[in-house]
Amino acid sequence: MARNITYREALNEALTQEMERDESVIVMGEDNAGGEGAPGEHDAWGGVLGVTKGLYHKFPGRVLDTPISESAFIGAAIGAATAGMRPVAELMFVDFMGVCFDQIYNQAAKFRYMFGGKAVTPVVIRTMYGAGLRAAAQHSQCLYPLFTHIPGLKVVLPATPYDAKGLMIQAIRDNDPVLFFEHKALYDLSGPVPEESYALPFGEANVVREGGDVTIVAMGRMVHTSLEAAEQLAAGGVQCEVVDLRTTSPLDEDTVLESVEGTGRLVVVDEANPRCSMATDISALVARKAFGSLQAPIEMVTAPHTPVPFSGALEDLYIPDAQRVVNAVKTVAEYAR
Amino acid sequence: MSDDRIVPVTMPKWGLSMRLGKITDWIVAEGDEVSAGDDLADIETDKIAGTLEAGAGGTVRRIIARVGEDVPVSGTIALLAPADVSDGDLDAAVEQARAVIEAGVADDGSAEPVVETAEADGRQIRYARAGQDGDAVLLIHGYGGDRNSWLFLQEPLAAGRRVYALDLPGHGTSTKDVGDGSVDLLADAVLAVLDAIEPSGTSVHLVGHSLGGAVAAAVAARDPGRVRSLTLIAPAGFGAEINAGYLRGFAEAQTRRELKPVVAQLFADENLVTRQLVDDLLAYKRLDGVDAALRALLGTLLVADADAQRIDTTTAIAALGDAVPVTVIWGSADRIIPAAQADLVKGAVRRHLIDGAGHMPQMERPAQVQSAIEAAIAEST
Repeated sequence: MARNITYREALNEALTQEMERDESVIVMGEDNAGGEGAPGEHDAWGGVLGVTKGLYHKFPGRVLDTPISESAFIGAAIGAATAGMRPVAELMFVDFMGVCFDQIYNQAAKFRYMFGGKAVTPVVIRTMYGAGLRAAAQHSQCLYPLFTHIPGLKVVLPATPYDAKGLMIQAIRDNDPVLFFEHKALYDLSGPVPEESYALPFGEANVVREGGDVTIVAMGRMVHTSLEAAEQLAAGGVQCEVVDLRTTSPLDEDTVLESVEGTGRLVVVDEANPRCSMATDISALVARKAFGSLQAPIEMVTAPHTPVPFSGALEDLYIPDAQRVVNAVKTVAEYAR
Repeated sequence: MSDDRIVPVTMPKWGLSMRLGKITDWIVAEGDEVSAGDDLADIETDKIAGTLEAGAGGTVRRIIARVGEDVPVSGTIALLAPADVSDGDLDAAVEQARAVIEAGVADDGSAEPVVETAEADGRQIRYARAGQDGDAVLLIHGYGGDRNSWLFLQEPLAAGRRVYALDLPGHGTSTKDVGDGSVDLLADAVLAVLDAIEPSGTSVHLVGHSLGGAVAAAVAARDPGRVRSLTLIAPAGFGAEINAGYLRGFAEAQTRRELKPVVAQLFADENLVTRQLVDDLLAYKRLDGVDAALRALLGTLLVADADAQRIDTTTAIAALGDAVPVTVIWGSADRIIPAAQADLVKGAVRRHLIDGAGHMPQMERPAQVQSAIEAAIAEST
């Protein structure tokens, strides 16, 4: 039965249920169990924001603390996946992926292809992303477009507790490498989640709000920003349809195109930097395949093309907010040739 | 001051967790004459959209709740009264009703329904109750449904009764494993709930829809002493003909795009298939074990490799003789099992054909189904 739990608890429940179901599922990462100076049995941290808390005692020997050496432990997780395990490795902040990128894009992403389909790499790399925590330029980025660019990787960005659980279970059961993006600002978000286990298929966008005037395509935290804007706009008589992509690779092109065919107007809301982003990708998709339906130029609401500022005042301006989405929707809704 | 000829039309309670409803459209206007069963207004909750039917006839003198306004359950949304009731009396009643609407409801979570669990052969069978005292009524949903199939009926039936709705094995929040998927196994689960709600062995009124109708009949055949009356809504097992494409399509659908046109066949009015309804069904279908359960039950419902029903409910009903009174309710526009099958069962069976309803008359015409069930209950006592 569904009850309300947080995004953090939903992820923990997904890990717990999959570890119970399948012995080959293991968890590894920095501070996933004890943390610095602890032998592990204290289970003090459960990951830097507590997602894996409690797993160490439930699953002895299957929750591994790793050194601060991403190149080593992400490589180890990928290797374990090729050898029959289903590791869930936590790359604390996605900003740190630079030091282990070869293991991800040149090794894990290529095995199935280079070995003629005979190799599978069922690894999940969990990682935190996003601004808003005053964590500055090296701990706040939205690097999912980089991974979406690479064939052979699957990229998941849940926006709700329900999606977090179902997409995590699918990620673990999936035989390809999955980059699983968790927004830091969503961990305390609460919502209805079934107690039972369920898998949500990849490549299926979710229409989280129906409306006939303007399509808003968003992902991750920006789904909530877009919904807030849509509520404000509805009061003024503009009905927005909000599409949550849920996964950027694979991408549910049909749901995006069908929505734009219905509304004729598109705003893409993406917390990432604007160049070579999901905002540009979705804009290009719609411009190519639904051009005849468009009644206004496409608008993008994104972060600016700068690093995330440390100044709180600037960081608040950096992150797309509901007002900017409202303005963009008004621009496309009021456009006249 | 108040005139007792003023009849309030109130916000219905559709489902145990409903606390507020929103009028999306008034079908009647002030001055209209209405009869019992006429459509009054379209109402939407966070779960479902439906049409409120008039419980009594009269003249609509005042419409109180505005379109788009949230109204607490049982709040007055309109007034019926004869022409000679004074405007002053009506205005006083409107003022009281407005105060209730404007007060809204406190969000204290108290509306969460109490769900209890019975155990049948190691399976957890969940059921929810409405009402405190009186005769027990047990509602049994059909293939792919759950206790929310009775959203529009469970509370209204619970005036002076205890009304229970269960989740069959493989459905809702009950254990998903259905073993061989046989009607007998499902009947075992129903008997386990009967033992839990009536430990003394007192008989209850059974209401079953579709597959749940076949299960209810099987329970009655096995233990007629436990069943006071049997009401079957579009039951499985009366004849061979069935929309096998619907059943297989429901079991196989993996996405919203595949599921929506399948589910639309359940209703005469396809507008009832909201995004929320399809999303809820999809969320259910994605639970671990549901796929296997639906496929096993498909083998119970259908003859392998043929588009014909495998269940036989008529034999069970014939065996009952007149030990248990039987009522059959069918929607005239049923696209899953044809309504003509109501005549295939012999004997002193009471029949209600509900005009214009599809396979889910309890959702499309709840007031008429309610009065048919209440007639069946009254007849048996």
